[in-house]
Amino acid sequence: MAQLTIVQAVNQGLRRALESDSKVLLMGEDIGKLGGVFRATEGLQKDFGEDRVIDSPLAESGIVGTAIGLALYGYRPVIEIQFDGFVYPAFDQIVVQLARMRYRSAGALYLPITIRMPFGGGIGSVEHHGESPEAYFASTPGLRVVACADSTDAYWMIQQAVASDDPVIFLEPKRRYYQKGEVDISADLSTALPLHRAKVLVEGSECTIISYGPTVATALQAARLAAADGVKLEVIDLRSLSPLDMPTLIESVRKTGRAVVVHEASSSGGVGGEIGQCLMQSCFYNLKAPVLRVTGYDTPYPPSRIEDDYLPDADRILDAVEKSMSY
Amino acid sequence: MDPFDSLIQLLDCNGSLVEDSHYHSTLDGPALLALYRDMVLVRQLDVQATALQRQGELSLWAPLLGQEAAQIGSGRALQAQDYAFTTYREHGVAWCRGVDPVEMLRFWRGTMHQSWDANLHRLYGYQVIIGAHALHATGYAMGAQYAGRVGTGEAGRDQAVVAYFGDGAMSEGDVNEAFVFATAYQAPVVFFCQNNQWAISEPTKRQSRVPLAQRADGFGLPGIRVDGNDVIAVHAVTVEALNRARSGQGPTLIEAVTYRMGAHTTSDDPTKYRDSADDELWRGRDPIERLRIYLRAEGVLNDDLESELAHEGVSLADRMRESCRELPDPHPLSIFDHVYAGADARIDEQRREVERILSDGQVS
Repeated sequence: MAQLTIVQAVNQGLRRALESDSKVLLMGEDIGKLGGVFRATEGLQKDFGEDRVIDSPLAESGIVGTAIGLALYGYRPVIEIQFDGFVYPAFDQIVVQLARMRYRSAGALYLPITIRMPFGGGIGSVEHHGESPEAYFASTPGLRVVACADSTDAYWMIQQAVASDDPVIFLEPKRRYYQKGEVDISADLSTALPLHRAKVLVEGSECTIISYGPTVATALQAARLAAADGVKLEVIDLRSLSPLDMPTLIESVRKTGRAVVVHEASSSGGVGGEIGQCLMQSCFYNLKAPVLRVTGYDTPYPPSRIEDDYLPDADRILDAVEKSMSY
Repeated sequence: MDPFDSLIQLLDCNGSLVEDSHYHSTLDGPALLALYRDMVLVRQLDVQATALQRQGELSLWAPLLGQEAAQIGSGRALQAQDYAFTTYREHGVAWCRGVDPVEMLRFWRGTMHQSWDANLHRLYGYQVIIGAHALHATGYAMGAQYAGRVGTGEAGRDQAVVAYFGDGAMSEGDVNEAFVFATAYQAPVVFFCQNNQWAISEPTKRQSRVPLAQRADGFGLPGIRVDGNDVIAVHAVTVEALNRARSGQGPTLIEAVTYRMGAHTTSDDPTKYRDSADDELWRGRDPIERLRIYLRAEGVLNDDLESELAHEGVSLADRMRESCRELPDPHPLSIFDHVYAGADARIDEQRREVERILSDGQVS
């Protein structure tokens, strides 16, 4: 067992991916010599060389576009978008090119590319450093979208994403990067929970809290507070935003009859709405209350001095639970 | 090759004037003294803001240390009717456009996304997305053309637009597309690239095999490489490029060769990726010191003026320190302001939810 922060676990997972497949390449801005602005790739260029851990020019569309070319040649690129808010210049390459290659070529071509992206707010930084763009990608057919929330998942899921023959958007909860956890790094990749499975973190009977990425810790905090009041919340780490692991969610909601979805991204057109719809369709008669959402508001991300008023917190989750319970 | 070779220069590192076959400075002693004052004070501003970040008063700061001449020389070449678009590092340009340093801090303290009134200063707010605003500047310049504000020859009427960006931005699609649009329409825009040698950890050679200004040839606009630490030369080349733009002769790319003496931002640690010998080399090319030597030799600057300026710098720093802490936090409900032109039902409902949370908070 190793005690690793989430960002260290990403680093270790990438190291193992580089070791186990010579076709794996890392590419991105400042990922080599500097080791990434969050140090997620620290030491990797030194150990694997400049041809496998590549400092790219400052061009996001260029990074994704050339990764597509490298993948067509047979490489397995893992690229870093430095901050969530910097991904948009690459949007065409991701949504129009990357996501559709397999479909467009009738299966003849495929792109095993992983796009790593620190996402979410709460770090007190300036504009474009606290965004949650996942819904754009989760609504794009052809992309797989996952988010880790703890060190174990960071370590295994990044390796699974790299091994995937489909493009994967890999979201890393930047404000939880320094959260520590025990990771069994000696285990075999095949024994890890499959990439697109949700994980029940806390079992409960009265209401299911579904979250992913940085708000999983918030949901756990809400569950602890509720438990002190004798309310047993079930907490699920979604892990995969596309595809959704509906069997796990359905099993939980059939038991509790209530669900609250929590994410930092805006509610309109968000992942929470999709989950709510799927639950309504699959467990309509089990639901004792409508599925509720606790999310960032339908505004651009605010200046950092008021980001705490924007981000979902345990109080807002507990308010939603109370609303659900008293429905 | 040392990026410092073969540059347009009018004042060398030792503070001596240099002849150039094309560019001649029209700046007299008082004008040069004013540029010197600007540079000294923006350096003070920068040092103070960096200190405020270290004290936890700012969430981040992007230091301009070492780039004073590039920013002041070009910023002072602008006329009132011109318009500028900058990145997050152009505090010196903001200074030239009349922005109060305390106002600049709002962005970095996280109280506002845009620190100042863009219309008032004719200066768009700090742009964080690399190169995006090169296109905005080009479009703004096209607007000036369509509005008949180019090539009239009437003083104060013709407009030029400046897009500031760095060496890293030269790799972005938006910047290259801006060159295409600017030349296609001969828009009155000056692309002012401060090549400070480093895009965070990546040296300019990672972005280009040729001097950046040379890229202009392929797009069909003049490309000029100037000593970005020579405020006199920067001013001269920018004045000419702006005149070209205003008179309808189209865009120019200026590469001001300079050096980022500090970190990329206060979150960065340059010792991880660059050699301190380079810092030493560029310290010898300091933009302020060479002008100081020249002005003292000319008798324009003396001990009294220097101590007066030092005093002014201290007052500025004091005022920044005190006023920064007093910058008001935005009201939480301001999250919902200015999303759309008019009312929006979703936003209104969410605003009421926060109102309720805030009033509950007051009760408990």
